[in-house]
Order: sequence, then structure tokens, then C-alpha cells
Amino acid sequence: MKLFERMLGLSLVCVLLYLAFPVNSHAQVDVYDFETVEQEQRFRQLSNEFRCPMCQNANLSSSPGGVAADLRREIYRMIIEGQTDTQIEEFMLSRYGDFVLYRPRLTTQTILLWFGPILFLLAGIWIGWNVIRNSASRKSPTRNGDGSVTVANNSHAVADVVISAEERKRLNRLLAENDLPTNANDMTGR
Amino acid sequence: MSKLKLFLPVIIFFVLAIFMWRGLYQDSRTLPSVLIDRPLPEFQLRSLELGDQLLSTADLPDEPFILNIWGSYCLPCLQENPIFMAAKDQQIIPIIGLNYKDRDESARNWLEINGNPFELNIIDDSGRYGIDLGVYGAPETFLVDANGVIRFKHIGVINYQIWEDEIMPAIAAVRAGGDS
Repeated sequence: MKLFERMLGLSLVCVLLYLAFPVNSHAQVDVYDFETVEQEQRFRQLSNEFRCPMCQNANLSSSPGGVAADLRREIYRMIIEGQTDTQIEEFMLSRYGDFVLYRPRLTTQTILLWFGPILFLLAGIWIGWNVIRNSASRKSPTRNGDGSVTVANNSHAVADVVISAEERKRLNRLLAENDLPTNANDMTGR
Repeated sequence: MSKLKLFLPVIIFFVLAIFMWRGLYQDSRTLPSVLIDRPLPEFQLRSLELGDQLLSTADLPDEPFILNIWGSYCLPCLQENPIFMAAKDQQIIPIIGLNYKDRDESARNWLEINGNPFELNIIDDSGRYGIDLGVYGAPETFLVDANGVIRFKHIGVINYQIWEDEIMPAIAAVRAGGDS
């Protein structure tokens, strides 16, 4: 039984590892000769990071589109020519625009894209904090001088409820009729 | 202030609804061209008409013209060909073809069978010039002004409605801009 549990645990780890590092099984196969391993790595990274303008939900390395193959060839050429990643990015941007970047640049147009999530998170925290604070400051009912009871209403839309002495008696009667142990006077307790 | 808070969910709903409504009608398949108002990129390419002679931007018309990216393999190009033929017959505007990632022979056959609306067909068999133009598939259509500056781009097939509603006004605008 111990063995079975171990096997189970091991397979679970395997599955998790597989999910954690998804293999790009759709990568297109090009035959390019690189002079160094570093060049090849840059080629892979760049063709993974640019988006194919034709098959729009694929990156260049996985897109079967004709223009994707052409662009991979251009990236290869520029790497062999010794151009920097920035120069290659500039090449792509000047032809296909911001669209080709899976990681958008920080410009006035993309500022909401970059900081929107943080904005929403802060808004969420603010709302949450307000809700908690409101429920914490919920006032207990107060007995007024004339024998009526004020129940402060937490909702902003509805005014505080004032129960007159007469109403309180009626409420107690009703509660007693229903055989409930509660006494309306308890509301003023604490 | 508390009244405003009460309506906050409604306001958020409407803001989101407007964005999503707009999104429904936004065609994400056509990319805005970054080449608008930029000069046509330089090239050294052969043409279908002039054999091995290499052409450059200097060989293009001095007046506004249409640059149409096409290929014999491209079905939508066949669809828009009659529109270009009509434009040629009515002498509306010179049309230059960019034969994109095609074979010379297939291209010549195609023009013979379907009619040739192009004054000149530049050959971009490798697709390298297409990349300079930000092309990602035929058909794409550029409008270039008299100074060789790209003023308008249409991605995808041109039908009669698009021709009337978009291309003709763009041609008029380019001509008006050239006079001033």
C-alpha cells in the first residue's frame, strides 16, 4: 500500500511538472545554422515574443502562416548580422506596429493596460476596507428618552428606524404569541 | 456622496457595456498600418513586364496611384480584379501591382485569364518587400500620393461598396491634398 501511495504521489508530481512547464508542441521547424548557442537562444526567444500579424493568436515560432516564416527568416538574418534585440524589435515595430509585441511598450496609450490591474486591485481593497469598516461601526440600538428605540440602519438609502414605546409593546406581544424567547427590550442591551 | 456610491455599480456596468459594445464591432483582424503618412519604402525589384531590369520607387508614377498586393493563389484578389479593371477602363487612377510571394509564370497566366488592370507588376517573390510594407497577406491595397507618401491602406478584399465608400473618397482627398 505504501508503494502505491508513493507511485501516486510521483505521478502527481509529474503531472504538475508537465503543467508547470508547457511544451510548445506546435513550434514550426526551420533549418537555420547558428554560429553560437546564444544566437540560437535569442532566435527562439525573439520568435516566441513576437506575435504573428496573420494568425493573430500565435507567436512567430508557432504560426504556420507564410508571413511568419518570412519574419523568422528576417530575425535569423538580423541575428547573424549581429543586430541587437532592440534593433530587431525596432524593425518589427516600424513595419507592423505595437501589435506584434506580446509585451506591450509603456506609452501613454498602454498606460491603462499596464497599470489597470493595479488600479482595479486598489479599488477592490478600498471597497473591501469600506465594507469591513461599515460593518464594524454598526451602531447598537439606542433607547431614547421617550421610551422609543432607534435602530441605526447600516444601509445609506434607508433612514434609521425608530420604534415608539407603543410599537415596542406590540412587538413584544407578537414575539410572545409566537412563543419566541426574545424580548424587544433586548435590542437595547449591551 | 452616498447617493453616488449607490449608483456606482450601475455606472460601472454602463462603462463596461460601452467598451464591450464597441468591441463587438471592432475588426481585430485588420491592423492599423504604421506606414500611413510615411514614404513608400525603397526597393530594387524586377517586374513582370521589364525582364531582369531592376526597378525602384523612381520608376513609379509621379501622380497618386494605387499599389495592390496580389498573387495568383489569392482568391479574394480574383474577386476584386473586376473593380480594378473598371477603374482602369475609366482611367480613374493608375494601379501598380505588387506580385507577392508568387511565381512569375503563374502570375502571367493569371493576368492573361482574368485581365490585367495593372500598369506595372513589381515582383516580390521572397516577400521581403512585403515585410517593409507591413503586409501580412494578399490582398492589401495602398494609396500613394504624388510625392510617394503612403496615405491610405485597405486590408482584405475590395468590393464595390468599399471602393465607393472608402477608396474613392481617399483618392479625392489625396488629389485635393496634392493641389494645395
